[in-house]
Amino acid sequence: MKQDNAMTTPFVDQYDGLKPALPGHALPWMTALRDRALDSFAEAGLPTQRRESWKYTNLRGLKQLELTEQALTPQPISIDRAPSLLPDGSAYRVVFVNGGFRSDLSDLAGLPEGVTLGSVAELAESQPQRVEALLAAHRDTNDQPLVALNTAFMRDGLLLQLEAGRKLDKTLEVIHVNSAENGVFAHNARNLISLATGSEATILEHHIGLNGAAYYINAANDVTLAEGATLRHYRIQAEGENAVHTSTMNGQLAGGSFYDGFTLSIGAGLSRNETSMKLTAAGARCHLNGGYLMRDKQHCDTTTVVDHLSPQTSCREVFKGVLDDRSRGVFQGRIVVHPQAQQTDGHQLNKVLLLTDTAEINAKPELEIYADDVKCSHGCSAGEVDHDALFYLRSRGLSEDSAKALLIQAFLAESVSEISDEALHDVFLNKISDWLAI
Amino acid sequence: MLEIKNLHADVEGKAILRGIDLTIQPGEVHAIMGPNGSGKSTLAHVISGRDGYDVTEGEVLYRGKNILDMDPEERAGEGVFLAFQYPVEIPGVTNTTFMKEALNSVRKYRGEDELDAMQFMKVIREKTKQLGISNDMLKRAVNVGFSGGEKKRNDILQMAILEPSLAILDETDSGLDIDALKTVADGVNLLRSPENATLVITHYQRLLDYIVPDFVHVLAKGKIVKSGDKSLAQELEKKGYAEFTDQAA
Ligand SMILES: Nc1ncnc2c1ncn2[C@@H]1O[C@H](COP(=O)(O)OP(=O)(O)OP(=O)(O)O)[C@@H](O)[C@H]1O
Ligand SMILES: [Mg+2]
Repeated sequence: MKQDNAMTTPFVDQYDGLKPALPGHALPWMTALRDRALDSFAEAGLPTQRRESWKYTNLRGLKQLELTEQALTPQPISIDRAPSLLPDGSAYRVVFVNGGFRSDLSDLAGLPEGVTLGSVAELAESQPQRVEALLAAHRDTNDQPLVALNTAFMRDGLLLQLEAGRKLDKTLEVIHVNSAENGVFAHNARNLISLATGSEATILEHHIGLNGAAYYINAANDVTLAEGATLRHYRIQAEGENAVHTSTMNGQLAGGSFYDGFTLSIGAGLSRNETSMKLTAAGARCHLNGGYLMRDKQHCDTTTVVDHLSPQTSCREVFKGVLDDRSRGVFQGRIVVHPQAQQTDGHQLNKVLLLTDTAEINAKPELEIYADDVKCSHGCSAGEVDHDALFYLRSRGLSEDSAKALLIQAFLAESVSEISDEALHDVFLNKISDWLAI
Repeated sequence: MLEIKNLHADVEGKAILRGIDLTIQPGEVHAIMGPNGSGKSTLAHVISGRDGYDVTEGEVLYRGKNILDMDPEERAGEGVFLAFQYPVEIPGVTNTTFMKEALNSVRKYRGEDELDAMQFMKVIREKTKQLGISNDMLKRAVNVGFSGGEKKRNDILQMAILEPSLAILDETDSGLDIDALKTVADGVNLLRSPENATLVITHYQRLLDYIVPDFVHVLAKGKIVKSGDKSLAQELEKKGYAEFTDQAA
């Protein structure tokens, strides 16, 4: 793949200068890992639209950010309270501000035995073998330049590891607060999540941009679920309106494990949320659901790849998009059923409401089926708010705006209802109402 | 209270209403009958403000105000209510949410205080009781999976809650069993007062046994071709519309 130098070199050129200050510099394996990742990133380059899976999303805007060495160095900002979505004490809380862990804002009191939870940077110091093993679990980034970029420059992120049979007794709220009040910056959050046999956790992850200034977040998430483990992973991407947010998740799901994912994207000028799940043994289940609500000239790309590598695995995807003004949505959903993966159950749905003539959706479902005994379906639709329903509501006195809002809310509620932790439905429904109220 | 003067309306360039004159005084019940496709629903839609109709001539005054320039929600606020020939299904919105928003919107328009959840539940319990409608319908999504008759009852419940001064019923009686028919009649009769009026569009005499009209009009090919008292309805039931369809052409 030919690289686009103008976008790639600002990162590559700064690597040597920044390297000594990156966490884990004293660890030979870490440095070797970063060096290899940088080489691979330099060779592949920042993804461009020439790459098939990036056909509809263009990172050229990053050029305007002029990411200097200073921009790639953490800039602490003054914040004395994290904007939490859950009542104090009802959840464990891990807070990152401009990419750096803030223990003073976090709340890890009363963690059960067998749970390791904290900052990747801190744990790389205190328990390097643990971090090494977690990073090694997903060494094969199968041609993901953004993950390579992340590995080369990562500084911090969430580490959650549960021993066999452990259950995180409260929801874990992970808050990533970003503010460009001290100038443009970029950071590469790396989140490592590994649940051993039969363990269970619920994460509510919230990305918030505090003001309109531009910044770039390139997150990578490594998720490993062992036999029978359950991870409920719910995310809200509400970055600042000029931010660029790319997130890549690589997951490995063992037999009988269950990943229940929901991502609500409302922020960032440009965002891409890519999820790649490998279902490696019978009974592995994966739910990738979400909603994207965009206005003005926002762009939101949802890309999923689910690999069914074993018989009797299942995935279910329900995404709902609402696109206003001149915003643009991209949905690429690939389901690959490998030859050995008989009795696969795959279901994918992407439904979009276009609120204007100038909003646009590019949808590309892809089913690649190499086994014969499978049940796979996909559906895509894009349309306007139902005219008859709108008149019905207005004829009962609702204003056009509230009638529309009610219909949009109802449209999105279908995807929110997929969230298996019902206690968290309101968090998402409230975010949606907030978005509609603007 | 409702004055329709020489109303002409087109749909996609085709003339559907071709000069309607109709005056309804407070306290009156009017029935409109007429063959399929004669423009009955179109008239109801134009009065309630559905888009897609081009009014090319004439006016509609409601309590002296020209309502043709008003949004549908303003007309609802003014007291106009349409029970739909085909009530719309709205997945994901519960009846309770919908009716509460509707009532509060209308109350706000009328300068009344909005009701909180408790006050609203009190209103809705009272109305369902008066109409003999089961509360099960309230938790369900608006009209989704409702039988034809349940949808019509649901519209009548909305009407009872919004307390309009002009209720227009577009074939609300079609496909109803006797009990449901009584619910509809109860709903209308509950609202009857010297200040309120009702316009009933129907194909059948049997509803008019329960809601007795002061006037019956025959609409054919976009015009009112005959008006009379309740005996006209009985006559139509016997003779059909052949006479009028020829006449209007
Ligand atoms: N959106 C539309 N586009 C084209 N033609 C329309 C539209 N709406 C109504 N019409 C036509 O206008 C005429 C009147 O329709 P309308 O629904 O008012 O009749 P109706 O008297 O209510 O009939 P019915 O007794 O069957 O309910 C019909 O010929 C119908 O096909
Ligand atoms: Mg009709």
